[in-house]
Amino acid sequence: MSKRIDLESLNVYYGDFLAVEDVNMVIEPKAITAFIGPSGCGKSTLIRTLNRMHEVIPGARVEGHLRMDGEDIYAADVDPVKVRRQVGMVFQRPNPFPTMSIKENVLSGYRLNNNKMSKSDADELTERALKGANLWKEVKDRLDRPGSSLSGGQQQRLCIARAIAVEPDVILMDEPTSALDPISTAAIEDLAVELKEKFTVVIVTHNMQQASRISDMTAFFNIAGTGMPGKLIEYDKTEKIFSNPSQQQTEDYVSGRFG
Amino acid sequence: MAGAKATKAKVRLGDLVFSKSATAAGTLILITLAAVAFFLFIQALPAFLPEADFHSKADNPLEYVAPFIFGTIYGSLIALVIATPLAIGIALFISHFANRRFAQTLGYLVDLLAAIPSVVYGLWGILVLAPFLNPTYVWLNENLGWIPLFEGQVSATGRTMLTVAVVLAIMILPIMAALIREVFLQTPRLHEEAALALGATRWEMIRMAVLPFGRPGIISAMMLGLGRALGETMAVALVLSPSSIISFALLTSTNPNTIAANIALQFPESGGDYRSLLVGTGLILFFITMVINMFARYIISRRAEFSGAN
Repeated sequence: MSKRIDLESLNVYYGDFLAVEDVNMVIEPKAITAFIGPSGCGKSTLIRTLNRMHEVIPGARVEGHLRMDGEDIYAADVDPVKVRRQVGMVFQRPNPFPTMSIKENVLSGYRLNNNKMSKSDADELTERALKGANLWKEVKDRLDRPGSSLSGGQQQRLCIARAIAVEPDVILMDEPTSALDPISTAAIEDLAVELKEKFTVVIVTHNMQQASRISDMTAFFNIAGTGMPGKLIEYDKTEKIFSNPSQQQTEDYVSGRFG
Repeated sequence: MAGAKATKAKVRLGDLVFSKSATAAGTLILITLAAVAFFLFIQALPAFLPEADFHSKADNPLEYVAPFIFGTIYGSLIALVIATPLAIGIALFISHFANRRFAQTLGYLVDLLAAIPSVVYGLWGILVLAPFLNPTYVWLNENLGWIPLFEGQVSATGRTMLTVAVVLAIMILPIMAALIREVFLQTPRLHEEAALALGATRWEMIRMAVLPFGRPGIISAMMLGLGRALGETMAVALVLSPSSIISFALLTSTNPNTIAANIALQFPESGGDYRSLLVGTGLILFFITMVINMFARYIISRRAEFSGAN
């Protein structure tokens, strides 16, 4: 399943501080949407509101509406835990659980919902998720080794396997390649393109080439200055943003004049 | 400039002073330990010679010490069983549940428990805890007496093995809670977020990320607590009504004494070979503690590659 996400006049606050102001956009299913912009423009904050992970920080809150296939994920009766089970997330630095083996890592999310699982089901799911993350061939002979024994790029793909094992509707990637070398980065990018066949993929990136290589839609965020809220400046098809943006700020940014 | 001339790395005074003083400190520990072991061994030796005479206070050194070894380990283990879940609970509450200001206050209070001298715990044990717990003991004996732990004639004073274990548990609680709290606070935020992002509730996050990460720390804290409980003297000597038996019964007035408390009680009136025997029991306590520490190291190292330290 792949869901469409509607953001309607979304404001994100940390306590009294308005971090992201008035975002309106539609994130399409079965596509990669890239968030780009200078540091501090609120793109990481915004991506974390898509699975309510920003609430981990005390005082963080949201105004406005955020709907997934029409359902408001901020409605009063919605449990953030349920939201996060539908929305997988991959972080800036690979974070497999160090105390778990590769296999346990893949199954960790699934086991939250389903305690009982036959060994053959577990093996099958492990294989399917690892194949989905293009990691199966590299690790199939050492599934019981610790997740931290892998290289950085493999760990990140393990985290992706962990996220897709629960079959979410949306995959969020918060600068997933910023800690990786170019070859591992290429592997993750290829994977992201494969993932959009099944999922809605949202990726935050500092790397504009990356956004132009893999994304279908690009959102450019900017801030007027320190302490000011981040704003969505322009949101359009990726080719349009990188070849013929309608805003001057966007053009300055993508052409490397600032940021 | 360096190239050809500098064949040897330049020795800096600061590095030299630091490395020598660090080495000296490390060596000092070993020397102290060896000196203590040597003292105990020399002093204890006469008791283990065939012609040793204990003036009818003991026949055979090993038979004499066996109940005390049992009592020491038994009492400490029960204390550990009581204290460990409490310490983990307190540490979790302070590190992950309480709001920051309240957590800090609570942390100070728990640390304060560690500053109370053990004789005060002993007095509190006799005067407050023992009478307070005694009705519970009667109830346990009446209703759960079929469990060997609670069988026998219930002590009228409450000065039983279980009271000692509770006092010991309270005494080792602060150090354990403090250590475990520090370990829990060091759980990488990345791992906590990984769990939360998978849709874990707070408790599931703690089970997936915090507890496994803190496992070596919990074991270390248990060993530290156990070490303290094994050697605790005053509180046990004051609270327990001792006998020279091996018994698992927790609620009776005949309880196996501990090594340390027995030394404290017997030493003033001892002499000759009997004094050597008491020192010998101290030597045995020394070994028990050492073996337990080695065992803890082994447990921690066994899963080192899963510890997250790499």
